[in-house]
Amino acid sequence: MVPASYYLVLSTVLFGLGVIGFVLKRNIITIFMAIELMLNAVNLAFVTASRSLGQLQGQVFVFFVIVVAAAEAAVGLAIIILVARNRQTLNVEHLDLMKH
Amino acid sequence: MTAGLLFFFVLAGVAVTGAVALIVARHPIHSALALIVVMVALAGLYLLQGADFIAAVQIIVYGGAIMVLFVFVIMLLNAGVEERTNLSRMARYVGLPLAIFLLLELVYWVGRAPAAAAVASPGPVETRALAKMLFNEFVFPFELTSLLILIAILGALVLAKRES
Repeated sequence: MVPASYYLVLSTVLFGLGVIGFVLKRNIITIFMAIELMLNAVNLAFVTASRSLGQLQGQVFVFFVIVVAAAEAAVGLAIIILVARNRQTLNVEHLDLMKH
Repeated sequence: MTAGLLFFFVLAGVAVTGAVALIVARHPIHSALALIVVMVALAGLYLLQGADFIAAVQIIVYGGAIMVLFVFVIMLLNAGVEERTNLSRMARYVGLPLAIFLLLELVYWVGRAPAAAAVASPGPVETRALAKMLFNEFVFPFELTSLLILIAILGALVLAKRES
């Protein structure tokens, strides 16, 4: 049997890689994908906790996280389309209208 | 090395490789495909832990709907321009090593935690038990998520409409 700590370590690594991607990338769609990666890492931690504690609430929560991520992706991508249409760029370095 | 352990390492390797590919790729479509690989690997890991329903939902909803949405938006916006990554000097010499060090430290502490490794899951979780819990204890959040999806649909429609 695979110990639960292995899964938690993998979840931490994936989350950390998501954070690194979120900070390093410049394309706004790629940044959004790094956020989805973080959400997936947290889902893995939830399922692991649900299994190791023997409770089902963890999996129910994963269900809700997936549903909310779907709704968030729909609205977020609509916003990205709007921003790209108005500013003609997907580079976050140029999306600085609120600066100064 | 049991079969379970071998499967875990293979799937974990694929997931981490996909995550690194997401960061390293220059074209956003390559990042999207790498994320799909990560999600399928995670679905395999859910299966390994006995969460059958969650694995199926992951592939159908995450891989089949959300990532397809991403790919469509990348196509629509013609995000074909490869971004040039010139990291600032601060990011390259201080930020990246510190981030990797933070990652390694977190991995060390999480791996050392006395997790309940002895609890072996008695096989796959019955979807019926999950559904019972979802519709009894969690019925209120469940109805709220249906409302949330409706609001998201309306929001996406209003936002993406062209002013005519």
